[in-house]
Amino acid sequence: MEELLEILSEVKPGVDFETEKELVDSGILDSMTIIQLVARLTDEYDIEITPMDLVPENFNSAEAIYAMIQRLED
Amino acid sequence: MTSTDLLYCLFTSGSTGVPKGTAVTHGNVLSYTDWFINTFDITSETIFGSQTPFYFSMSVTDLFSTLRTGAQLAIIPKKFFAFPIKLVQYMNEKKVNTIYWVPSALCIAANMDLFKYAKPEHLSQILFAGEVMPTKQLNYWIKYFPDCRFANLFGPTETTDICTYYVVNRSFGDGQPLPIGTACDNCRISVIGEDGRECEPGQEGELYVGGPFVASGYYDNPEKTAEAFVQDPLSTAYPEIVYRTGDIVKYNELGELIYCGRKDFQIKHMGYRIELGEIENAACAEEGVLSCACIYNGETDRIILIYEGKTDEDTLFAGLKARVPEYMLPAKLVKLSTMPHNSNGKIDRAMLKNNYKDQ
Repeated sequence: MEELLEILSEVKPGVDFETEKELVDSGILDSMTIIQLVARLTDEYDIEITPMDLVPENFNSAEAIYAMIQRLED
Repeated sequence: MTSTDLLYCLFTSGSTGVPKGTAVTHGNVLSYTDWFINTFDITSETIFGSQTPFYFSMSVTDLFSTLRTGAQLAIIPKKFFAFPIKLVQYMNEKKVNTIYWVPSALCIAANMDLFKYAKPEHLSQILFAGEVMPTKQLNYWIKYFPDCRFANLFGPTETTDICTYYVVNRSFGDGQPLPIGTACDNCRISVIGEDGRECEPGQEGELYVGGPFVASGYYDNPEKTAEAFVQDPLSTAYPEIVYRTGDIVKYNELGELIYCGRKDFQIKHMGYRIELGEIENAACAEEGVLSCACIYNGETDRIILIYEGKTDEDTLFAGLKARVPEYMLPAKLVKLSTMPHNSNGKIDRAMLKNNYKDQ
């Protein structure tokens, strides 16, 4: 989780990712940022994020992103 | 109202870092859309899936072609480009049959192998402009949409949107450049070398555009207007204004134009024309920033801002956000205790680019 928070603050500086629960719905992460983030996560965790995983629910909070990564790592 | 009345002004980055407003007339848009509608058979049956924001010249094409023909315009919510399955669902629901997107948007689909999972069902035309379309990703689209018409459109805001185009009519290997084609109807183009003469095939020169797509000039900026909207150097017998694009092009052996690059330092990022100086101006205006330089890595398409000052990266980033549009925000900020300078006393950009381009 620490590592993920670090990546998130690199991709999008100035956001409190530990508490924010509406990253997509409130527009904090726009489409360009999500695309950049997906590229980083694919590299860092060596996972394959398919179009099926790219749904707003998986990106609304750091926890949701973390849960998706764990699911894809298995 | 007459055709020479202004319809709108679109602002793009200027070389001094101050944006220039391209003043476009009713006549420009009428003439331009005449060409577009005729060439791409736009009718009341056309349903555009619009991707580009309305402050971008590409949107003029979708918008005014729709108004003139009774076509439909489905304005795709921006967030769908991060959620591609929803994007496809939306396009199918609206029965989108024509798209005119920046290549970056087309590449998103190709890079994630989207059509293996979901495919737009009604597409018949796939048009693109605004940056270079990589043939690898184009070939992916062609594989899934072999019966669609694909076309590469090219032009600056100053010629309303487009001045040359190429309808893809043969196959290209991955990495092989796609031509920007030939002049649109109503457009007159010339490729002029440094000697002021028209270039021979294969010889690189600057692209000049004349004819009714050429805008009036820059709003309230006679100096910049005089630099770019000039007397046609090939025909001096009577007054005839042409636009100097600053784009370097050449003809191939088939008589098609090939794009070679920008003449000056402007960059193309996510389809937008950006002058790095404008980002630097904005950053330098932030409190606690002593000095800064922007570099651009064309291979990774990332803008990196390097600066010297007291403020931290997050604060500077937040400040920049209030000053420049989202697409101009650097991908990375690097704080240095001191900026390197060359023997002229100038910031050593070459060294910065060398050291930080992969940040």
